[in-house]
Amino acid sequence: MKGLEKYFEKIKPNFEKGGKYERWGSVFESFETFLFVPAKTAPKRGAHIRDAIDTKRLMSIVVIALIPSLLFGMWNTGYQHFLSTGTDVGFWQEFLYGFIKVMPLVLVSYIAGLGTEFVFVYIKKKEIEEGFLVSGLLIPLIVPVDVPLWMVAVATILAVILGKEVFGGTGMNIFNPALLARAFLFFGYAKKMSGDKVWISGLEKGQNVIDGFSGATPLAQFAGTTKEQLADGGFKIFDGLHNNIVSAYDMFMGWIPGSVGETSTLMILIGAAILVYTGVASWKIMLSGFLGASAMGLLLNILPDGMNPYFELPFYYHLISGGLAFGIVFMATDPVTSAQTEKGKWIYGALTGVLIIIIRVFNPGYPEGTMLAILLMNAFAPLIDHYIIRANVKKRMKRIKVNA
Amino acid sequence: MLFLWSFKQFLMYAMSNVIKIKKGLDIKLVGLPEKRLHTLSSLSSYGIKPTNFPGITPKVVSKIGTEVKAGSTLFYDKYNPDVVFSSPVSGKVAAIHRGERRRILEFVIEPDGKNESEVFKKENPENLSKEEIKENILKSGCWPFIRQRPFNITANPNIAPRDIFITSFDSAPLAADYNYIVKDDFSAFQTGVNALKKLTEGNVYLGIKAGETANPFSNTANVEKYEFSGPHPAGNVGVQINKIKPINKGEVVWTLSAADVIIIGRLFETGTYNPERIIALGGSEIKHPQYYKTLLGTKVSEILKEQLKDNGINKRIISGNVLTGEKISENEYIGFYDTSVTVIPEGDKPEFFGWAKPGFDKFSISRTFFSWLNPKKEWVLDANIHGGERPFIVTGEMEKVFPMDIFPMQLIKAIIIKDLDLMEELGIYEVAEEDFALCEVINTSKIEIQKIIREGFEFAIKELG
Repeated sequence: MKGLEKYFEKIKPNFEKGGKYERWGSVFESFETFLFVPAKTAPKRGAHIRDAIDTKRLMSIVVIALIPSLLFGMWNTGYQHFLSTGTDVGFWQEFLYGFIKVMPLVLVSYIAGLGTEFVFVYIKKKEIEEGFLVSGLLIPLIVPVDVPLWMVAVATILAVILGKEVFGGTGMNIFNPALLARAFLFFGYAKKMSGDKVWISGLEKGQNVIDGFSGATPLAQFAGTTKEQLADGGFKIFDGLHNNIVSAYDMFMGWIPGSVGETSTLMILIGAAILVYTGVASWKIMLSGFLGASAMGLLLNILPDGMNPYFELPFYYHLISGGLAFGIVFMATDPVTSAQTEKGKWIYGALTGVLIIIIRVFNPGYPEGTMLAILLMNAFAPLIDHYIIRANVKKRMKRIKVNA
Repeated sequence: MLFLWSFKQFLMYAMSNVIKIKKGLDIKLVGLPEKRLHTLSSLSSYGIKPTNFPGITPKVVSKIGTEVKAGSTLFYDKYNPDVVFSSPVSGKVAAIHRGERRRILEFVIEPDGKNESEVFKKENPENLSKEEIKENILKSGCWPFIRQRPFNITANPNIAPRDIFITSFDSAPLAADYNYIVKDDFSAFQTGVNALKKLTEGNVYLGIKAGETANPFSNTANVEKYEFSGPHPAGNVGVQINKIKPINKGEVVWTLSAADVIIIGRLFETGTYNPERIIALGGSEIKHPQYYKTLLGTKVSEILKEQLKDNGINKRIISGNVLTGEKISENEYIGFYDTSVTVIPEGDKPEFFGWAKPGFDKFSISRTFFSWLNPKKEWVLDANIHGGERPFIVTGEMEKVFPMDIFPMQLIKAIIIKDLDLMEELGIYEVAEEDFALCEVINTSKIEIQKIIREGFEFAIKELG
């Protein structure tokens, strides 16, 4: 790699101050630091040794943690599609189909998002911030597979500009950019983002689909369970053909309809293990998130169920359905938009879990609540931190009074 | 037997004041100094650097060519003329090096071999009044060894401190072992403590390393002792204050390291300014890490003679330790407060896809590199910062290595936005740069945290007038 290093050294002067392409300096630098960890050493005064971690490493660990969900999502996309057409094609064919469907989403998200980022690199004259490496993969994993690519592009660009760059870039934003992109899609193009038809590739077009095949997600089926059905043997949900009951095991494993990467709780937990073990994401938020959701689920079980049969859903079904696990593990733990104090993380996580269930169960219009709950908690995170920090300040001020 | 032994241990712990520091980090580096002492003599020059004293504006007393004795004033602080800074040796002022805007960088003194000393009061501090002790310390040039919090600056002799805190160990990587330094000088240390005791209405607190048999500092009289166990920064005096009796707004405490108390003690025992120091030389680029007996202000090249490895690697010479020290060239002098010199590789080479490698050999407190497979590793770390500077992203990482009851990141942010009230509320009066050194080491965003803390102090001093 000496050759490449020399080549970069050779062309570097063009991009430095006074060089031919001075205006592209920050763009050049972004590429250079991507290829080479720079030779920059510690200043004269200060710490002379530094941890090897940087934001690139940090973000790439999150990307690695997302890969199990991505690969599973690709297979499941194919599996669900061929289920709806009633053909049995085998694992690799299913995976290939999903790969062809999901890859464009990933590419569009990265190209639109990184493209926007580079425009800001050029304008701000600052090296690229790596935050979008993660956002770019999160976005395709939290949308229905058939969402039109141009919509993804529009939502991604909007999310990067309005969600991040107007606040000053990575580290300054209030809302999770990937969730914001999903929110733009959800409110802007609701038809492509909800209902029973969007979750399985090809279902909307209806070609070759078996008569009477339903693409309803388990969550939608829970929400739609009537009192009579409940009295008649509890919550029963079926696969698209209505001839097999979908078990908790099926939901945990993830061969159910849903957004691309959210269905397999198992794959998400593998990702969670990577994030927690490496120390990249807060286990406190994850744990308290799942605990908060469980507690709220149990509380609803105790409440009189007069109003809503959804109350009766055993709490663990909440944890393995919809986007709850994916949201808590990968989105609620975003260090920038979540609570930043350690105590605050417990509160933030728990409230996120509680809110997801509340929005799910009490909002009759739409069976899922993860996205809205996390965005709402993003807005409240600074408030939680404020009270935690004030408690510390109060303690300090009290010391003065005791002494005086 | 074992039972009795552990019962005795238990009693020892229960009876002394042991404070357990849980948050922190010991970084094991290659090149720990061996307990072998080499005495340096007849050196060609010594240097005193006014830049070692933040907040001081030096006014020259001994111009170039002036004959000085050990203890003769070189310069004083413009805003506090009683605070003077002395020559460590008898000789003549050979040079005064200046930097931008004629700021004085260093006084160079060439020794004349006469070993003459200014004469100060030689008296047991017990028999002296508070004012006499203060005057003796001030006139001799020992005063700058006393620093004050808030803001970690040279103590103002006109403000009586609430308490005085002394730390008797340095927990930083490859730091000098004070137990070894004080071995033959304990009586001077005790005399120094006795002198300091008279300067405060409050207490003199001594922070001691816990769990060591035969710790010479355990025998110190006239102080309130607290033992500290756990990783660095357990030895930082700021951490000890925070655990023993935190500083409140409006209060001033003085802080010293045991190595400096020895020099104050010698003043009262001999009536001379005798800044003899034992310096630890360590680091992966040193052939034989060991200790040197010399005077304060020694040129670093004297210590490094035939000690640098000839491996063709660019080296970084640090006056002090790898966490808080100052990078100096071979021709510069060891800092006023420093008891160690560390030499590590400079690390000024780009690394192809360095951030994407498995990293079996990369140091990190996260487990994002596979080096977690080898937790006992002794590290050869260079001065590369391993990445570009970014805004704060990761949260909770500083809290792992910051043991004070303070929110580190929030305080740093308060300084960045220059909100004095917020800095005050979040505890700026209790901290020093060194307390944030580990935060800077582990920070993913590569932010120069210690520099920001100093800027916060300067801002606060200016605003508070």
